[in-house]
Amino acid sequence: MTERAIADRDIADALCEQVRSAYDARTPLRIVGGDTRAFYGRPVEGQALQMAEHSGIVSYDPVELVVTVRAGTRLSDLQEVLAEKHQMLGFEPPMFGEASTIGGAVATGLSGPRRPWAGAVRDFVLGTRIITQEGKLLRFGGEVMKNVAGYDLSRLMAGAQGTLGVLTDISFKVLPIPTATHSLRLTIGLDEALKKLAELGRKPLPITAAAWHHGELFLRLEGGKSSVAATQASLGGEPLDAGFWQELRDHTHAFFTCSADQSLWRLSLPPNTAPLALDIPEADIFYDWAGSQRWLKTTLDASTLRDACRAVGGHATCYTPQLQGGAVDPFTPLNAVVEKYHRNLKAELDAHGIFNPGRLYAAF
Amino acid sequence: MNILFDERLDGALVRRDKSEVLTDLQQAVPDMTLLHREEDLRPFECDGLAAYRVLPMLVALPETFDQVKELLKRCHALGVPVVTRGAGTGLSGGALPLEQGVLLVMSRFNQILKVDPEARLARVQPGVRNLAISEAAAPYGLYYAPDPSSQIACSIGGNVAENAGGVHCLKYGLTVHNVMRVDVLTIEGEHMTLGAESFDAPGFDLLALMNGSEGMLGVVTEITVKLLPKPETAKVLMASFDDVEKAGRAVGDIIAAGIIPGGLEMMDKLAIKAAEDFVKAGYPLDAEAILLCELDGVEADVDDDCDTVRRVLEAAGATNIQQARDEAERAKFWAGRKNAFPAVGRMSPDYYCMDGTIPRRELPRVLKGIAALSEESGLAVANVFHAGDGNMHPLILFDANKEGQLALAEEVGGKILELCVAAGGSITGEHGVGREKINQMCSQFQADEISVFHALKAAFDPQRLLNPGKNIPTLARCAEFGAMHVHNNELPHPELPRF
Repeated sequence: MTERAIADRDIADALCEQVRSAYDARTPLRIVGGDTRAFYGRPVEGQALQMAEHSGIVSYDPVELVVTVRAGTRLSDLQEVLAEKHQMLGFEPPMFGEASTIGGAVATGLSGPRRPWAGAVRDFVLGTRIITQEGKLLRFGGEVMKNVAGYDLSRLMAGAQGTLGVLTDISFKVLPIPTATHSLRLTIGLDEALKKLAELGRKPLPITAAAWHHGELFLRLEGGKSSVAATQASLGGEPLDAGFWQELRDHTHAFFTCSADQSLWRLSLPPNTAPLALDIPEADIFYDWAGSQRWLKTTLDASTLRDACRAVGGHATCYTPQLQGGAVDPFTPLNAVVEKYHRNLKAELDAHGIFNPGRLYAAF
Repeated sequence: MNILFDERLDGALVRRDKSEVLTDLQQAVPDMTLLHREEDLRPFECDGLAAYRVLPMLVALPETFDQVKELLKRCHALGVPVVTRGAGTGLSGGALPLEQGVLLVMSRFNQILKVDPEARLARVQPGVRNLAISEAAAPYGLYYAPDPSSQIACSIGGNVAENAGGVHCLKYGLTVHNVMRVDVLTIEGEHMTLGAESFDAPGFDLLALMNGSEGMLGVVTEITVKLLPKPETAKVLMASFDDVEKAGRAVGDIIAAGIIPGGLEMMDKLAIKAAEDFVKAGYPLDAEAILLCELDGVEADVDDDCDTVRRVLEAAGATNIQQARDEAERAKFWAGRKNAFPAVGRMSPDYYCMDGTIPRRELPRVLKGIAALSEESGLAVANVFHAGDGNMHPLILFDANKEGQLALAEEVGGKILELCVAAGGSITGEHGVGREKINQMCSQFQADEISVFHALKAAFDPQRLLNPGKNIPTLARCAEFGAMHVHNNELPHPELPRF
């Protein structure tokens, strides 16, 4: 059985001890799982807090649709355990290497192609155990679908990149794997594709992924057998290998190879945003999330991209900040008021700046 | 047990002369409606938790963003607490006023600013009613998914404050899953936009934090929600059981079959009787429990799923299964469930509604525990249950005019919540902590966890001026309250000083 193959190790006590020492000595910690996402964000200087050893499924009851897992558990292992029961993580987390852990997936808060239809990482987080700055292991949220007691600290941890505390255990809502699936490709120009996606989006169709690149629209249908077959018949197109979505999710698709002078950027824009007036060849843009998430390979500078995104209510993230020798902020700077409350939060939950300092923004 | 604000346990509040505050605020925000006469304040003395009433010092009814901003700035400068209120339908006393505080009523922020069918978003003011959003989106074939039973009256701002749910949560999520962006004013009157029309925003997920924060971190002035395409069809099955436990197991069997129903509700015998007497929904009066299972989506899939669910229910021992023949019968089946609270209200002079959640597998054990508490106290309990997501609403029947019955009902309610916590659940699934469950927070969380909540609050409102006394208890309160509930002879929070 796969569950046996996952090492069942609880090293929370040792982790708490290391955090306590770091707090007392004011030593910055660099929280490391599988170390496959270090490129995402700013580099952190600090003593490594190794999470990979803290692994195993704490509890899994498929009938409850809830799994609780230690942060160091490999993403691939967890997905295998769920798949045995015909279930999955609804947010389709990207995996940038076999060592990728579930803790890293939650901390970075990245979601895959299914995001606009199913929800993001934080939407599936039900509860967490967190090591606080004083090295105490505390529990927030729980293992039930609905829980509004106290502030929602668990969801706050998703995407905070370990800057507010150390995630040791996470409970997720999981979903059944859809009965039927079919992926297809259609030859269609960009403007027409965006129009079609807006139109399809208003109908109750079983679409769970939609991307466009270089003259082709890619769609994934998932749901009941009948509706998938009916939608497939009405849309037509050529069949597409389902592996396409994994390549897009994990950036192993050929598109993601940049030339020496290019940087890879992720644009997050409101649904139905028209193509931005940027000097980038069409072949260097990949539209995902029905157009809300756009990947760009470009030599344009950060402010040009960020200004264009801001003008339409979006933001831009640099996936290759190291290429510019750290000269580019990977994440869009916050406005003054929002930043003030980020600093306040950081000061309250991590007074000495020991948790991944500077990972998100230089100031905290 | 009296749960009104107690400065000894909940922290001292600044005392200011009412007429001075009135004059100050009138000068600072001259064009804003400010109520101060007792007869004008009276309608605002409670929210949906009507057993508790407090006359606020003043009631502010702003109409513009700038008025709210100026009001907050002045209250911050004066150290006067601010309790924000929407439609006042909340069941946990989250908008219970303070004698020394201003009640900030957002009901005049009632405009739907934009419905964007292409982006499938609606931008609304916080005082807009939940149902009004779906009504505005309906011409485009879209709707707003969360549907608390009070959706005709409750406001979307209050929904955000409480992270409201409804009968369709298991499939479509809570408020937090359906809100894209909020505009917030801090207690200092600073404006923040959290979230975005895009699917994420840079920085911490403060939007997630704001949902369910019960007006303790900021005042929401505008909300952008996600709209969904209306399912092509929805069909509902009603299954009767001669045993509550069998019904509980059937719920798990449906999920195990890989089906996520749009709605999955359970009612016990007393709730069935109450609903049937009230709305004639066609419920079987001889059943010990019924399940309502709604399947929605594309017609062909729904038909397939109905067949599967029917087979599962038969195998689980349902004594009768009925599928609503048409839309009218479907509406009738739901009318019984949606009116369960007022229906129970007709059976008894008063009832007290609980909101605990549990892992579904614990249902038989918790129901037995509730039955035992009911028998012991002599108070009848009707059970209405969002079975799909483990959210129970036991309704404790009592008569407030009978000496000691309110206190007894509250005691039974408290014990039910402790049963939920012991079963691995929570004291509140969708109604919020408010003032009502402030003491039970001490059973669900340890002192260290509560301290983290206080730290989080301090990041936004260090002077504790926004809705003081709600949501998160002080450690002093936990020490005091804990002293009354000694488990296994162990005193909770032994490290704390006691009064």
